[in-house]
Amino acid sequence: MNTVPTAPLLEVDNLQVEFKTRRGIARVLDGISLSLSAGETLGIVGESGCGKSMTALSIMGLVPQPPGRIAGGEIKLSGEELLGATERRMRQIRGNEISMIFQEPMTSLNPVYTVGDQIAETVIEHEGLSSHEAMNRATEMLRAVKIPAPEQRVRECPHQLSGGMRQRVMIAMALACRPQVLIADEPTTALDVTVQAQVFDLLKDLQEISKTTIILITHDMGAIAEMADRVAVMYAGRIIETGSVQDILRDPQHPYTQGLISCVPHLVRDPPAERPVLLEIPGVVPPLTDLGQGCAFEPRCARSQARCRTEKPKSRETTSDHLCACWAVEEEASA
Amino acid sequence: MADTSSDERTITGDVKVTIEHPFTEFLRMYFKNIAAVLAFICFTVIVLVAILGPLLTDLDPFRIVWMPIAPPGQDGFLLGTDSLGRSIAVQILYGARASLAVGAAAAAITLVIGLLVGSLAGYYRGWVDEALMRVTEFFQVLPPLLLSMVLVGLFSPTLQTVVFAIGVVSWTGVARLARAEFMKIRELEYVKAARSIGSKDARIIWRVILPNALPPLIVTAALTVGAAILFEAALSFLGLSDPNIVSWGKIIGDNRDYFLEAPWTVIFPGLAIFVTVLCINLIGDGLNDAFNPKLRER
Repeated sequence: MNTVPTAPLLEVDNLQVEFKTRRGIARVLDGISLSLSAGETLGIVGESGCGKSMTALSIMGLVPQPPGRIAGGEIKLSGEELLGATERRMRQIRGNEISMIFQEPMTSLNPVYTVGDQIAETVIEHEGLSSHEAMNRATEMLRAVKIPAPEQRVRECPHQLSGGMRQRVMIAMALACRPQVLIADEPTTALDVTVQAQVFDLLKDLQEISKTTIILITHDMGAIAEMADRVAVMYAGRIIETGSVQDILRDPQHPYTQGLISCVPHLVRDPPAERPVLLEIPGVVPPLTDLGQGCAFEPRCARSQARCRTEKPKSRETTSDHLCACWAVEEEASA
Repeated sequence: MADTSSDERTITGDVKVTIEHPFTEFLRMYFKNIAAVLAFICFTVIVLVAILGPLLTDLDPFRIVWMPIAPPGQDGFLLGTDSLGRSIAVQILYGARASLAVGAAAAAITLVIGLLVGSLAGYYRGWVDEALMRVTEFFQVLPPLLLSMVLVGLFSPTLQTVVFAIGVVSWTGVARLARAEFMKIRELEYVKAARSIGSKDARIIWRVILPNALPPLIVTAALTVGAAILFEAALSFLGLSDPNIVSWGKIIGDNRDYFLEAPWTVIFPGLAIFVTVLCINLIGDGLNDAFNPKLRER
């Protein structure tokens, strides 16, 4: 899709976020760096609790503080630093320049207002439209996300819509002010497969029209293959591998990424009588309160070595624009 | 479920929708509850009587009109007279105004304080929550009747003081309920979504969370009116009320020494309190049914 390298629209540099918990301080994001140019789609993958959603909330400036704390780093949107920005400025940015759609379409809409009211709210807040104009915009947006009979649907309450429709309404709401960046936090996890495909198609169509940058957070490799231009793989609060979608899917370097990809079950036309055992990565993500000195994946890694236990691997370029943080991979490359 | 009845789908997938207005749906649900409807009618009559009371009789509630402790029905005095020869019926008629007014005003104060404290504590959490909840607990550990007696005793026993005293001692329940609702709702995705489109805190509290927190609060408010009427009666019974204004509790209080000789002097005002509070509670129940979507159409 987008191949022309342009100046980054959104830049996250060495972002550190900590949470105070009963068992001590948990470093939920440990040096996250991302760079997105206009019109690009970045997929963020990883297991539950690895920091994907926290990355999104940090960009939105919605990390609950306390117990959370931004311990360091930078988030820049078109060169403007967002981490030190006033709450007032952040409110202007949210919904207008960066917006977000959430995982649960069933609970993401306020049950007491019509969907029209809720879409209109965004444009009233940011563009100061009258409520009549805003409702017209809401109807337009519903048409844009391909909801049938938008003139009627706009006056309906969320409980009158199906899950897929509600997610479309969420997308309409998020895109009503034509934001530059759209963060989609597992937008299809709660939907069934056919509706998932529709939602992805819709997002792609809308992206083509408005050149929106999309950050797609998911744990679904299929969604990544379908949507993303570039992929960042996260593990325990760090980005362990990043590269173009082809590089990551065809030639994953990090043992964790390799594991993730081999875990995806395949559809085969003639399944053998003896079904192959689904692969899994043994073990679980360690508690973020005691990550120790070494690589967080080391206890689960088949290629772990002495160095992995004592030193955190740094991101190194394996091929051009393909970064990986793993001692074993690095050693192999230098050998 | 609810939407299948109002949502006709043809085979081609065209959707014909007739939307029921939320308010008509609410009314329909309320009218399903017969007891609540009867209570509402009964309560309306009581309120009308309270408003029109002075027009229904030319007697003054404080005037001696007949011989003392005359039993009901004698000589046209429907409910008899008290120890001073004042008409019980006329006193009940006039007392309705004070009792209902105090009930409503005290419930309003209760709601306003409770809602403010509860919503701020539940929304902001942290030190705001800590501070407000310690204040709430301070009011909770004081015996409410005793505290209100002190308050009324400290100032002159006027209607306003009584209302204030009742309001000050009874807001804690509403505050806790509002706090719990806010704590629950603030974590929901649509509040996150509201934040993610850049809404201000004030907007999120009053326009996004509050409407969703209202149903249990409205029910509580209705019940609070009943409780406040009872509370006022208790204070009046103890003599802590405006001596120049008749209320139901005051009638009972004035006649408590003659309970055995002239039971009608306390039974009828007591009945008035009973029926009114019962009506209010039934209305509260009806509202609860009509508001609670989880019970809808099952």
